[in-house]
Amino acid sequence: MLAKRINGALRHVPAWPLYIVAVVPPVWLLWQGLTGGLGVEPIKALEHELGELALQLLIAGLCITPLRRFAGVNLLRYRRAVGLIAFFYVVLHLLVWLVLDVQILSQIWADIIKRPYITVGMAAFVLLIPLAATSNNASIRKLGGKRWRQLHKLVYAAALLGGVHFLMLVKGFQIEPLIYLAIIVGLLALRLPLATGARQRA
Amino acid sequence: GLGQGARAAEGGDALEPNSWDEITSYNNYYEFGTGKEDPKRNADQLTIEPWSVKIDGLVDRPGDYAFDEILSNMTLEERIYRFRCVEAWSMVVPWTGFELADLLELAGVQSSAKYVAFETVLRPDEMPGTRYNVLDWPYVEGLRLDEAMHPLTIMATGIYDRDIPKQNGAPLRLVVPWKYGFKSIKSIVRISLTDSEPPTAWNKANPREYGFYSNVNPEVDHPRWSQATEREIGGGLFSKRKPTLMFNGYGEEVASLYAGMDLQKNF
Repeated sequence: MLAKRINGALRHVPAWPLYIVAVVPPVWLLWQGLTGGLGVEPIKALEHELGELALQLLIAGLCITPLRRFAGVNLLRYRRAVGLIAFFYVVLHLLVWLVLDVQILSQIWADIIKRPYITVGMAAFVLLIPLAATSNNASIRKLGGKRWRQLHKLVYAAALLGGVHFLMLVKGFQIEPLIYLAIIVGLLALRLPLATGARQRA
Repeated sequence: GLGQGARAAEGGDALEPNSWDEITSYNNYYEFGTGKEDPKRNADQLTIEPWSVKIDGLVDRPGDYAFDEILSNMTLEERIYRFRCVEAWSMVVPWTGFELADLLELAGVQSSAKYVAFETVLRPDEMPGTRYNVLDWPYVEGLRLDEAMHPLTIMATGIYDRDIPKQNGAPLRLVVPWKYGFKSIKSIVRISLTDSEPPTAWNKANPREYGFYSNVNPEVDHPRWSQATEREIGGGLFSKRKPTLMFNGYGEEVASLYAGMDLQKNF
């Protein structure tokens, strides 16, 4: 069976190389931005690329449980890395917005409060902070597995807010953010008791 | 010569035009895709020969005006204008074109006309972006007649003395330098003189965000972002924002058109 072969092949593949690989896209994008590869307006391009990468990784993280439950593919070992890298990209996305895009400190705060799509994006970021801070073995021990799992369900809200943030910032009726949002909603729906069947497995 | 009108229109301060590459590779032309580089990639599919513009409505001489016929009746000149997008970025473009007023006079504007409506070509086979209802196609725009007749309002047929590229609205487009860029409708196939305010594409899509007038105004924010500052294209990754000017810097010439109007309401 395919799932067994995947699990077997990955048995000895550790998660730590993911952190090294994760450095490549932002460095590459920054280099592209400095050398003209992101077009004549590199700031927005860099901001959008990082935001989209972060959203893709949040989605990847949400895929891990359903993949195990419905396909038997066990990628649980990589979930922490995927989540932390997603957070790392969200921070970079935010930094590009603060430092390169808006630039004006007073306007940043006004934007956070006045502009719903920024409020929503900020809320997603704030929800991710405790998750990133507790993505380590010591925190799991300290909180206990049950409470830790409860806390990390905040990622459902964060991903949903991230998808809504994307939808709210585009002009006109565009398909791409709707696809992202549909995938996120779908992945969350798979976690409803109706979809998972036996409750004790949650 | 050609530079004369341009300098008069600038109001004195010398504008440094953006490069050909910047002007022609960063475009909003959703009929060819919503990405900034999509128009350059996709617009070569558009057939622009032959081209004619239907001028109808409240005019003395309605009809289909062939592009060449229009050109043979117009005097082309260069106009170096600031171009401010509603998305808070800007460029300086050295347009070649003629005053819209001259074209309207060619058709003979009737005294009952109060507005001018414009329409962009719609050819789904040649415009991949129109397969999605990002906007209600065809793209339409409108001006009040006095805005349309204003000497700053031009129909552009070129950039840097070359034919206007397809991604920039070939073969002829409107340029209204004191309004947000989306008012400057591209690849025009129809101009109608009307007695009531015509519908406009972005206003139909989102009336809360895009008004009929859409004059550049640093004091009236877009609901989703501030219009107080703008980023000039071409400054690279560390480009500083600069303050946006009322009427995009053309207030001396056009502010009187809006005397007594509440620009917060008529945004």
